[in-house]
Amino acid sequence: METLFACCIGFLSACGIFLMLRGRTFPVMLGLTMLSYAVNLFIFSSGRLTLRGAAVLGSAEHYADPLPQALVLTAIVIGFAMTAFLVILAIRARADLGNDHVDGKLPNAAGMKKESR
Amino acid sequence: MWHLITAPIVLPMLTALIIMLPPVHYSPMRRRWVSMISSVLQLVLVLTLLFQVQANGMVHYAIGNWQAPFGIILVADTLSVVLVCLTSFLALGAICYGSAGEDEKGSFFHPLFQFQIMGINGAFLTGDLFNLFVFFEVLLIASYALLIHAGGKNKTRAAVHYVVLNLTGSAIFLISLAVLYGTLGTLNIADMAQKVAVLPAEDLMLVKSGGLMLMIVFALKAAILPLQFWLPATYSSASAPVAALFAVMTKIGVYALLRVYTTIFGAHAGELSDIAGDWLLPAGLATIALGAVGVMASHDFRKLVANLVLVSVGTLVSLVALQTELSAAAAVYYTVHSTLVTAALFLIADLIANQRGKAGDRLVSGRRVTQPVLLGFMFMLGALTVAGLPPFSGFVGKLMLLQAVIEPGQRIVIWGLVLLSSLMVIIALSRAGSTLFWRISGNDSDGGKAHPLQVFAVCWLLLASPLLALFAGPLTELSQQAAAQLYDTSTAVHSILGQPLKEVSP
Repeated sequence: METLFACCIGFLSACGIFLMLRGRTFPVMLGLTMLSYAVNLFIFSSGRLTLRGAAVLGSAEHYADPLPQALVLTAIVIGFAMTAFLVILAIRARADLGNDHVDGKLPNAAGMKKESR
Repeated sequence: MWHLITAPIVLPMLTALIIMLPPVHYSPMRRRWVSMISSVLQLVLVLTLLFQVQANGMVHYAIGNWQAPFGIILVADTLSVVLVCLTSFLALGAICYGSAGEDEKGSFFHPLFQFQIMGINGAFLTGDLFNLFVFFEVLLIASYALLIHAGGKNKTRAAVHYVVLNLTGSAIFLISLAVLYGTLGTLNIADMAQKVAVLPAEDLMLVKSGGLMLMIVFALKAAILPLQFWLPATYSSASAPVAALFAVMTKIGVYALLRVYTTIFGAHAGELSDIAGDWLLPAGLATIALGAVGVMASHDFRKLVANLVLVSVGTLVSLVALQTELSAAAAVYYTVHSTLVTAALFLIADLIANQRGKAGDRLVSGRRVTQPVLLGFMFMLGALTVAGLPPFSGFVGKLMLLQAVIEPGQRIVIWGLVLLSSLMVIIALSRAGSTLFWRISGNDSDGGKAHPLQVFAVCWLLLASPLLALFAGPLTELSQQAAAQLYDTSTAVHSILGQPLKEVSP
């Protein structure tokens, strides 16, 4: 289970980082979302993976660490809000700057032509 | 009662909510008054807190009365309370400046400003790393919205970079927190200090990588080379009061570096003590050099001031990297001085830009400013302070900084670099000043005079500098006390956890 979990986190962060390094705002946004999924899973695993354990102390011999679950909830909420803000900002940047490149201008002449068409 | 510690966090939050409620929200004047009165009140409260902390030593407050390693605690020691005082002082000036008309160029200026103050104060006061992350996010989301306040292409472009970079930074922050929690089993700073001291050997590398990843995050917030490229564009495109408040945001990164690498990875940490110093010192020195070059190369005054922020951050980070009590004391004094003066310079840049017509704050010949005497004096005072010439606070700060470097090898490099960068700053500022005020072309400007509130705000921030120099004695004592408390990890851990710090067996 640990191997599968680790591979999953690794794959998600690899995809996230690849997409974040793209030039347009939409892939960057998707990349950040994927990276935050990977991070959330990673936080979850920091309390060790426990099968069939409730996150309640004292009710049973076998329990899961409740703190990472609380941390991951906070991180999910914050990440969600930030992503929502980024979506709105990207739409506004598209409107203000006339293109969806992260630098606000297209890097080469071919791109400029494409834009003017 | 120690409920006073929560005041710097709760008061801005309540003020922001009150400003958004109907009786206040629909009238611009009421919004301004509530915001200003609240920040005066906050200044009074944090000064009271400072006196109490000085009288009683470090205190902590368990939120909801959940005791230390399990619940979230707020810790008020001299360092954090001094920085909270600095924030409140700065915020009052920035809010006064904003109330002169800048706040009506977009919506929700005052509530966002208060939320940002809440985040900054919280980041200074918290004693828990995850809580630090939460307060970082609070101040960041407010700063994202404040950055695009009043709109415009430049702001949007800068904001996209700023938001994407900071979201990536948050992801790295969370990864390092998860690594540290997975190995140490706690995120309370005092408890971490204790766990690091008795770490089993197999977890050493994991904790080290977690600790160094934290350094990346804080370096991004503090804007240290190679993570500083966002700063000049962001700060120079933000509107003036926002840029003034942003002057303290880089200092949060420096504070977090100071806290984490002194309290958690300090001298008691055995193998892991001083893990960041080797990285931070060259990065800090390179940031000073790059900032000084940027100051010389800037084409407009706001960019110049943004590069001055970089110089001050580089100086502070080099001081943090030295890891001595003396250097921490110098860092505290220098933080207060540099934050106030760069904030004042951002406001002066805006005043000059408003009065020079089309030329704005670009360093080209343009119309005469409407109030040459007033603005000229303000500019001169700010420039002398930031360059570190006597008799202002910059001189005292630089002196403390130079005295804090003891090792001869480091002395040659750091003294040389700091003094050379000061020279470059003086040259750039005198060139900027003579261009802005003396190279006049075209008709007299028809730009209006500065609003009295704006003048008050700039004077409020600028006059702090002679005062800082005048009361340099008590203030250096205060910063030495702050540094001593910061380095006295065992007392801090004892008072928070109720048990003494275990020393590592050699």
